[in-house]
Amino acid sequence: MLKCREATQLVSQSQDRPLKMGERVAVRMHLVICVACRNFEKQMATLRSTARAFARKRE
Amino acid sequence: MNATKELIASAPSGFQEPGFLADLRLQMVKFAALQLSDPHAAEDAVQEALVGALKNERSFGGRAAFKTWVFAILKHKIADALRRRQRIPEALAVSRDDEDGEEMAALFDETGHWRDAEAPENWSASANDPEHALRSSEFWLVFETCLDRLPVKQARVFMMREFVELEVEEICASAEVSLSNVHVLLHRARLRLRECLENRWFAAGELPC
Repeated sequence: MLKCREATQLVSQSQDRPLKMGERVAVRMHLVICVACRNFEKQMATLRSTARAFARKRE
Repeated sequence: MNATKELIASAPSGFQEPGFLADLRLQMVKFAALQLSDPHAAEDAVQEALVGALKNERSFGGRAAFKTWVFAILKHKIADALRRRQRIPEALAVSRDDEDGEEMAALFDETGHWRDAEAPENWSASANDPEHALRSSEFWLVFETCLDRLPVKQARVFMMREFVELEVEEICASAEVSLSNVHVLLHRARLRLRECLENRWFAAGELPC
């Protein structure tokens, strides 16, 4: 069973490389039982769209 | 400074409006001179940082982001210059990036689970939810502050990935770090950024119960 520490690692990496099947399953299973990591996953999507909006923003 | 004039003249049009690059360069020189206390070394660091940043300029729509990016590179150049002078040993210079096992221990307990106070919250339930945040100029100030607080290497890799939208393999080639290190740096940068944004923005907007 994944710990939050590894789960956040994989969630972060999923933004940079395709996860392997086993990794995807492990992350999904962890997210089902962990609210904090589910929030983390949503926040990572927000962080990305925020950073990209920032890079395009006019002063 | 002919080289700088040429550089500015050859900059893409978005950054050629009167004074933008010249002002930016001045700010950078002041910043570098403060830390290097050697005007020539400061000029060199600024020159290198500008050349490096303009290579990726096409990826930037916004000047604010370009400025943050160019200063991140400048900090890196200053650290290099200081290291060359051996004012600070190499090990010390990189320690903030590489030796943060302690920082991870502050977030996760011995069993690898979030510590109670550190567990990520639901930002959408905040009064300052993400949708509103992006329209708030105060939010962008908080975002910049959080970026600024990242250790140099983490900031650089994060910006290469999220601002310039390079693939991790490209970052690994140009930042001279291993692929697994790029993943580690990105993970840590994201952990820090999310924490900083949560503390300074999203938690501040908690709805009273």
